[in-house]
Amino acid sequence: MTDFLQHLVNGVSQGAIFALIALGYTMVYGVLQLINFAHGDVFMVGAMVGYYAAKYSGTSESPGIPSAIGITLLSMLACGLLGFTIERVAYRRLRSSPRLNSLITAIGVSFLLEYGGQFFLGPNPRKADVLPSGSPLTLGGVSIGSVDVITIVTSCLLMFALQRIVFHTRMGTAMRAVSWNPSVAALMGVNVDRVISFTFVLGSVLAAVAGILYSAKYAKVEPLMGLMPGLKAFVAAVLGGIGNVPGAMLGGLLLGVAEQLVSGYVSSSWKDAIAFAILILILLVKPTGLLGRGQPEKV
Amino acid sequence: MRRMSAKFLVCMLAVAIGCKQEQQGGGNVGAADTAAIKVGEVGSMTGTEATFGTSSHNGIQLATNEVNAAGGIKGRQIVVIALDDQGKPEEAATAATRLISSEHVIALLGEVASTRSLFMAPKAQAAKVPMVSPSSTNEKVTAVGDYIFRACFIDPFQGYVMAKFATDTLKLKKAAILRDVRNDYSVGLAKVFNDNFTKLGGQIVDNQSYSSGDVDFKAQLTNIKSAAPQALYIPGYYTDVGLIARQAREVGLTVPLLGGDGWDSEKLYEIGGTALEGSYFSNHYSVDDPSPRIQEFVAKFKKAYGGQVPDSLAAQAYDAAGMLYDAMKRANDISGPAVREALAQTKDYRGVTGDITMDDKRNATKPAVVLRVGKGGKYEFSGRIQPEGMKESNPTEAPRANPDQPKKTEGNTAPNAAPGTTPTPTQAPAPGATASAQNAASTGQRQGVPAGEHSKK
Repeated sequence: MTDFLQHLVNGVSQGAIFALIALGYTMVYGVLQLINFAHGDVFMVGAMVGYYAAKYSGTSESPGIPSAIGITLLSMLACGLLGFTIERVAYRRLRSSPRLNSLITAIGVSFLLEYGGQFFLGPNPRKADVLPSGSPLTLGGVSIGSVDVITIVTSCLLMFALQRIVFHTRMGTAMRAVSWNPSVAALMGVNVDRVISFTFVLGSVLAAVAGILYSAKYAKVEPLMGLMPGLKAFVAAVLGGIGNVPGAMLGGLLLGVAEQLVSGYVSSSWKDAIAFAILILILLVKPTGLLGRGQPEKV
Repeated sequence: MRRMSAKFLVCMLAVAIGCKQEQQGGGNVGAADTAAIKVGEVGSMTGTEATFGTSSHNGIQLATNEVNAAGGIKGRQIVVIALDDQGKPEEAATAATRLISSEHVIALLGEVASTRSLFMAPKAQAAKVPMVSPSSTNEKVTAVGDYIFRACFIDPFQGYVMAKFATDTLKLKKAAILRDVRNDYSVGLAKVFNDNFTKLGGQIVDNQSYSSGDVDFKAQLTNIKSAAPQALYIPGYYTDVGLIARQAREVGLTVPLLGGDGWDSEKLYEIGGTALEGSYFSNHYSVDDPSPRIQEFVAKFKKAYGGQVPDSLAAQAYDAAGMLYDAMKRANDISGPAVREALAQTKDYRGVTGDITMDDKRNATKPAVVLRVGKGGKYEFSGRIQPEGMKESNPTEAPRANPDQPKKTEGNTAPNAAPGTTPTPTQAPAPGATASAQNAASTGQRQGVPAGEHSKK
């Protein structure tokens, strides 16, 4: 039983990071019907900025809370700018061309970031000291690392904040309007370009936080680190119903927990295979994803 | 605008002609019989195992420079052409092919990782180019063919060393294994450790796996923790091991971790930090070893590379290159088959990592050391383990007259153990006062018994 709880805690902590990345995929898909494959690499850039910020600000192995917040804000700013630039430079002019063109461009941007990172920063993994670390807490035999606590709490706060933005602000309303029908929204006086830029910035900022949390949790930063988490977050977004914000959160958590349980009770070699098999099964039964509806409540 | 581009064209032409002339000039020199001997090197200079490649490269360079400074081989200088494989097996195979077919190298040095050596070996074998791997310990590597050699011991021995050390020195009864299923090296070590630990009376309470490149190991570690082992054997590479160590402590698994030579990197402690303190791993040599042969090498290496301490990969590569050059000197001529013959006859080559003799499977026979990760990531020498039923038995050879190594009775004489010596973990030698105090403190041994005297008994 203790083992099961431990697997569950590990899974939730891993899933929370997947969920944060998945939100970016799902929001962009919601407004543009574009699968932004470069999103996983924006996540990598977030982790990299965090690493360099920590390195050059000379923080110790366990930075204090103020410097950790500073590092995170800097990384959010950098990724927000990056997301804005990617949309402005690569995707905007392709908006009216066939969707396949944008998809391939997204893959191109992704490779550009990955191999550009490898070229300019070097492919060697490095250890990031971006969050305060302490000894793990133990609750009835289940041990929870301090980074796990920070991860879960931060993710919950951010998802709550995102929910507020999407459903209780003017910009959120505009986002939802654009996701329903961009041309009608434009006729109603919504600045579609601005809304789309905002969506990219918002998603990228969340990816930056995920990057910081991930690098603190796994202590390893490298230019190709966005590949697998990006792919899994995409799966999580589809699992929950792409275009649906609570769905992305649910999908991320489910995927994280499923991976840990498979590794724990079957074999770690099977974890990806089984996680993806679950995805296929769910989509066979419910093609729109867990929370997706025929007319999904898009963002 | 048009004028500009015309100018540009002229410039380009001039540059192109210049290049061509230079190339021709270079080509003319190459025709003579005194041309340099080309040796190819394949290593992971970048990627997750970058320090393996760069350390080996430094070791090879040092050996090459020494031979060249002493007049080269048969009056010819040696040129090492090094290619980076980024730690990818396919790249290693491509690099080997390129070195053989377009650079026409006489011999190949590399790779460190067994998986990548296994990709290179068929190319070398097919082209009849002798290949010496400095540190690939998987058995299969030299089984590829009679042109493939290695300057290190093989996996069964490393797995045996740790099993022996765990039962005899650490007195452990229950151990768990966490192996990398995508890595031949790791799977090989895990299997031998498993067999020997069981044979020596221990029990393997859990056997888990991961895939190299994974970042989350908590599920496996949680299971291992429930099985309550006294130690965890992780025969993986340093990046993964560093992460595993951290996560082991996070899930509350506090037992010592055991490993193999894949741990040997400065990065290990950088990634794993204090989580690794008190862990042990088997290795090819120790910089703390008081043997004059080792100390001389350490001093030379530090001088050549700005104070950098040579890790075992550097020492192994130095030996691999030295062994190859030694064979070239003995060979009838500098051709693949002749060098192969000479390599196969290598006997008691006095390497830094011990006296190397090629067995009939082209594997080096020599002892291993066990190191402990101490405070601040310092590796402490904790014992030496002899090969099982070692054939090489020249007890009289230990104090063999050698003007270069006056104090040869210490430390490194261990390979020449007494005839019929059953494998015994030789205790840590106690050279200087400070080192002996440290060793005694870390392993709880008696002081003042040099290893050499042990093996002479």
